[in-house]
Parts: sequence; C-alpha cells; structure tokens
Amino acid sequence: MEQTPYEYDVLVVGAGGAGLRAAIEASAKGASCGVICKSLLGKAHTVMAEGGMAAAIGNVDERDDWKVHVTDTLRGGQYLSNPKMAEIHAKEAPARALELEAWGALFDRTKDGRILQRNFGGHRYPRLAHVGDRTGLEMIRTLQDHGIHRGIDFHMEYTVFRLLLDDGRVSGALAYDRERGRFRVYRAKAVVLATGGIGRAFKITSNSWEYTGDGHTLAYDAGADLIDMEFVQFHPTGMVWPPSVRGILVTEGVRGEGGILLNSDGERFLFDEIPALYKDQTADSAEEGWRYVVGDRDARRPPELLTRDHVARCIVNQIKAGKGSPHGGVYLDIAWIKEKISNSEDHIRKKLPSMYHQFKELAGLDITKERMEVGPTTHYVMGGVRVDAESQMSSVPGLYAAGECAAGLHGANRLGGNSLSDLLVFGQRAGEYAAAFAAEHGDVRLDEGAADAGIREALEPLERQDGEGPYQIQYALQDLMQEKVGIVRVESELEEAIEEIGRLSDRAKAVSAPGNREYNPGWHTALDLHPLLVVSEAVARAGLLRRESRGAQFRDDYPQKDEHFGKVIIRVAKGADGEMVVKETPVEPMSDELTRLVEEMG
Amino acid sequence: MAATQFRIWRQEGAEGEGAYRDYTTDVTEGMVVLDAVHQIQAESANDLAVRWNCKAGKCGSCSAEVNGNPRLMCMTRMSDLPTDRPVTVEPMRAFPVIRDLVCDVSWNYEVKKKIEPFEPRPPDAEDGTWRIAQEDVERVQEFRKCIECFLCQDVCHVLRDHHLHDEFVGPRFFVYNAALEMHPLDTRDRLASLKQDEGIGYCNITKCCTKVCPEHITITDNAIIPLKERVVSEFYDPLKKLFRVFSGGSRA
Repeated sequence: MEQTPYEYDVLVVGAGGAGLRAAIEASAKGASCGVICKSLLGKAHTVMAEGGMAAAIGNVDERDDWKVHVTDTLRGGQYLSNPKMAEIHAKEAPARALELEAWGALFDRTKDGRILQRNFGGHRYPRLAHVGDRTGLEMIRTLQDHGIHRGIDFHMEYTVFRLLLDDGRVSGALAYDRERGRFRVYRAKAVVLATGGIGRAFKITSNSWEYTGDGHTLAYDAGADLIDMEFVQFHPTGMVWPPSVRGILVTEGVRGEGGILLNSDGERFLFDEIPALYKDQTADSAEEGWRYVVGDRDARRPPELLTRDHVARCIVNQIKAGKGSPHGGVYLDIAWIKEKISNSEDHIRKKLPSMYHQFKELAGLDITKERMEVGPTTHYVMGGVRVDAESQMSSVPGLYAAGECAAGLHGANRLGGNSLSDLLVFGQRAGEYAAAFAAEHGDVRLDEGAADAGIREALEPLERQDGEGPYQIQYALQDLMQEKVGIVRVESELEEAIEEIGRLSDRAKAVSAPGNREYNPGWHTALDLHPLLVVSEAVARAGLLRRESRGAQFRDDYPQKDEHFGKVIIRVAKGADGEMVVKETPVEPMSDELTRLVEEMG
Repeated sequence: MAATQFRIWRQEGAEGEGAYRDYTTDVTEGMVVLDAVHQIQAESANDLAVRWNCKAGKCGSCSAEVNGNPRLMCMTRMSDLPTDRPVTVEPMRAFPVIRDLVCDVSWNYEVKKKIEPFEPRPPDAEDGTWRIAQEDVERVQEFRKCIECFLCQDVCHVLRDHHLHDEFVGPRFFVYNAALEMHPLDTRDRLASLKQDEGIGYCNITKCCTKVCPEHITITDNAIIPLKERVVSEFYDPLKKLFRVFSGGSRA
C-alpha cells in the first residue's frame, strides 16, 4: 500500500447537518475526528432546506409538546416508523434547536422575542423554527462556523467509495480526491455515515449531483441492512418550467404562508380529496383554511398542508385528468393573498425571499403577482441504513448512520420540517455513541489487501479505453426509475425495471472514462454508477414486495392499504453470493405509553 | 433551439498552460450557462471540470467569469447574454486554477478559521434561552444570507490585482465580521484584528464586491463602511487614545 493512512477515532462521511453535528459531538466527547465531504464545506444538500426545523418548543401555540409531535410523526409515517426513534426525535428536537441558537443561529422571532414557529404539512401546531425560507443555510453555516473551531479535520472534495472491515467490524474507508484524483486510506475505530439521499437515481429531482446513495451502498456492501427503501418522497411542488430548472424545489413554506393549489379550471382540487385519517384535522372551507394560516387556533389546516405523499398524488391525478397547467404541472398561487392582506407583495417577499428570487431569476415570473406552475419532484428517501434507535449503530459493529441515509424515523412518509431536526437529533447521537464505541473498543487492523484491491478497481474505468461512456448509463437509469419506479408503480413495470437495472449493472462494469485523474467528472460519474444502481435496485425490489399502497408508495395494482403490510417493513441486505435479498420483517413494537398517546390523539 | 458558440477555459492542472477552446451546443428556452456547460461536458468534453451543486443559487459552488463578469453559472440565463459573439466562460481569476473552470478556494477556509468565533452573552431566561427582537435579527440577516460563492473575493482588486492575501481578508470576511459584530448576542470584539490582521484599511470602497453579489448583500455600505467607522472611532478617536495611554490599555 503506497499511502500512509489517515487515522481517527471517529470518521464522519458527509458534511451536511447530520455529519457536522455528529463530528461536533464526537469531538466534544474527546474523540479525534475527521470529516470527509464530496463538496466544499457548507455546500452540502442541507443548504437547500427551506421551510424550517420541526421542534415542539411551543412558542407559538403552548398546546404543542413532544407528545403531539411524536403522534404527528407516526401518523405521517403511516405507523411504519421505529416508534422509539420517533419518540427520541420529538423529545430532543427542542434542545437541538436551542443549542443551534447558542452557536449563533438566528431564527425569526415571535413578538416577545422567542423563536418563531410556522405551520407545515402534517404538523398539528405551528412547529417549524425557521429563517425566512433559507433555514438550511442558517443551519449548515452555524454548524460549519462552530465546527471549524473544534479541532476537526475536514477533507473537502473527497468521495468515499469503499468501507474497510476488520473481522466484521468497520475499520476505515477508501476515498478519492475529486480535485486531484489521488486516493486516500482512512483508518478509524468508528465510522458515521451521513451522506444524504438517492435523488439522482431519478430524472426529475430536487437533489444535487451528490445524492447518489453513497452511504446506503457503502453500508449495504459492508453487510448492513437497509429498510424502507420503497418509500421515496416525491415532493408535490417542484418547478416544471423552464425545462432546465425542472425539479428544483418550491418550498412547502409557500403553502404554509397561504399558498393554494389550483387546476386549470381554477378549482382548489384538494378540498375534494381529504383522506379519512386526516378528515378531522382539515379545514372544510377556504375561509377556515385562511383563518388557520393567520393563526386562528380554532381553525383546522387547509388541505394544501396535508402530507406530501397525498398532495403529490392528487397533483398527478389532476394532470392525468387533463386539468394540468400548460407545462405539465398545476398552479400554486400565493399572489391571491392580496385579497386578504393589504401589503401582500412586501409580505411575500419578506416571508419567501428565496422563492421570490428563484422564480424571478430562473423563470422570469413574479410570484407576488402571478401563479407558479409546479409538479412533483423526487426529494427525499425515507429508506436507508437500519440503525439502533438510541445509538444509530447499524448491524455492522462500529458503523453508524444518521440523517437521510439512515432509516426508521419517517416510516412510509416524512413530514416536512422533520428532516432538519432528524439531522441534529440523530447526528448528535451518532457522534456521541461513535465516540464511546471508539473509546471502548481497541484499535483496528487495516486490511491492506482490500485497500489495494479497492483502489485498483476504482482505476479501471480510467484505464479502459473503448468502453461505453458513463453518462449514457446514468441517463438510462434515471429515465427508467422515473418512468417505472416513480410515483405510480405496478408489478409488471417494477419487474421490468429490476431486469433492466441488471442489464445496466453489466454495462456499468465495462464503462470507460478516459482522461486525467484531476477533477475528471466522467470518471466520477463512472464511480457513482455502482451506488446509484444498488439503491435503484433496492427501491424497485422493496416496492415490488410491498403489495399495497401506503405513504409514499402507490401501487396502481394494489391501490389500498393492506393490513398485513401495515405490520411489516421491508429489509434489504446483500446475500452470500452478492445477490440482493429482500425480506419482510415486523415493525418495531410500540411502547404502552406511545400506544396510549396514539389512541388519545386520534 | 439555437446553436450557440462557447469559448471555455481549459487547463490541465495548476501548472498547466491554459487556453480557450471553442465549443458549439444547442441552447433551448430557459437554459442557464451551467446547463450549457453540462451539455458540452456530456456531448463533447467528458473531462471538462466544473464545480457545481444545487443549481438553484443557494450553495455558491458554480462561480465563474461569464463574458468577463463574475457570476454564478446556475443563475445566469442564456437569454440575457448577447448572441452576436461566443459566450466566454473562465474560472475565477483571483484564485489558482485546479483544472478548467475549477479553482482552489481553500485560502478562504483558512482565513475564516482565524476570525474570532461567536460567543453569546449568558442566556436571558432561566430556561437557557434568549429574547431577541425581530428587528435585531433582521439587521444581520442580510449578512447571514451569504452563500460563500467568493465572487466578491474574485472581483476585489486588493486580492485580484495586488495579491495581498496575507494581509487582507476580502469582502466575504468583512461581511462575516459584520454578521458577528452586529449579532445581537455576540460578546467578542474583533476591531483590533480587523485593523491589524485583516487589513480593512486596504479597502477603498470601490463597491465592486457589492455589484457582483448574487445575494444582493450591500457589502460595502452595510458591512465594510460601518466596520471601518468602528475601527476609526476605536483607534483614531483622540479621547480614546488618551484614555488608553493613561489606563495602560493594550490596544494600540
């Protein structure tokens, strides 16, 4: 082995909210800590989060507390969440939000100077701490600026492509330097995966190039279980026009501030499609919906603030029924609030500044005056590495996962705002437990043979001269996933997709990306194909096994919920011969206290 | 759809000799410069290096010079550029090139580490929280909007032309200082380091940085000038100077 390995007690892969929070905690607990990230520091996907961070602080409505939050989360997840995780999340989110303030974050305020909270889909009370519509930027910058003074080493623009094991326990990672194409070997007593999601497996997505399922695949290849992979969240409102911006997110905050969804006939179609589970919590008139938006505590929320899975499907149905907008979406209208408030244009610019600029600059449209065109976009994966609720450790000793690449909190559907709090709550826990693991367990042995073999394999696309280019395979996969494993699924198409993924995997093994090793995007794309193909196959296979419609998964051939599938989650693991094994496994049991709470809150 | 000419800077490694190379690609409605660069990358230059991330003007990764103007490529619409000549795309010139359009901005990360971090006053309430007025939050939110694209650093002549990287931190970090100094909870004092280590005196308020900021932060007027004024009143106020002489204060 040519390189001297970098050595840490805790190695964190990913520098979004979860990774940074984990590193800060591990370091605070005395562990030596390194963070590897694919982009420059502060550019990770967390920066794009807009709406806010759900935490039952109860500043705006004192009826809110962790008990209401946990039941909202479980209901939103259609009771497939790990109940213990949902409970920990609801209990610890307020402390994590307040701690961010102690590190310099400045949230918007209530009149008496406390943290202001806003309404969001599926949350019973105003719960999201926010900064206009750039909460993610505030959060990542706060963590970044705090983290750089904690003695943490940051390795920017490195991609981890392999984990190393020592007798079943994680022992480190292999990475390549995106800038200069050099390899690095890391030895670590514990590794925290915080790599985010898988959105780049789909054609229309709000996710950046980084979201190629790296952490999911690193864990899977190392022998860890994945769960809930069938549940991919399609956010109801992405931009649809112009074509080059298709998929870019339009925050749910627009609806939180009173934005309404209309079809081409000008109908507010969501009023006609309120699911039974939410009937009692949803306004039955436009007037009541507006009262909710402006803070009337007796009003129920407008149907635009139903859960994302539901709203996305309703939009698809409108488009299918020929009631869509000219560019294949529906209308989102915030300008209408001028009927209700006098200074509506200033109000909108102040509450939704980045949405205002995004539409102004990318679509030449003024949202204070005109309706937006929006449609569903791949946004988030509920599925990920199966972890212990308390510690976030996977089934591989010493390997932890937090944030989007971990699973269990969100079940079949994630509520908006629960992601930023997820990052902090479980990032903190992963950092704490990883540091403790590193302290309690001895040194690891680095498997130099495996490291050398991994590096040789990674170099193959560069050395191969006459293979197919990587982009064609990536595009083919994105088209396939969009078309056959998207919002509406059916058995025959899922089966076709699995077969096609197999063929694409064979093609990917012979891919060629000649050129230099410095910042060579063709080579990077070639190396991204393996994780993209693994997570795509996992989504398709888990979606095929779940023969029902629930949360984010809609099966046209099984359009109803099924009692049996309400009791199981789907587990994906690598079989003895390298094949993907997909199995049902019981949902984690709910404590008596939580069961009682769920019954009480309805 | 219209075939459009591009002149893109290609350079192999920091030591390599760079040159413009010509490309043609079809531009369709609504496309931004980053889309065109990606299209060229996929069609005819697989190894063309470009740094990008969110493609929505939120992360500040795809900074470059488009027709000589420092811009985010993802927020520069093709329809806003003249069509009678090729579109020139080159890396930021105030930083060393790593390859093609990607430059080494690590200096900025080193600078930031040296600035005194945030330290809040003790909490206002027994539950460990603070009370802050919305207007006090809004005063610094402008500075906290910064996406660290470093276009202001690119265009600042103190860095770009005079290369005073060792003595001058650049507009980005004056904005950062301003965000900290005007943070309603912060207790630290950064005026001495602004004067001595960060070279705020070098800025002669040409406002080039303000013009290129994609977040429309009024860098010069709202961040740099108020900081300069604070530095002046702290260090050049004759009464304060006298006071320091007699009290033996450490600040010079």
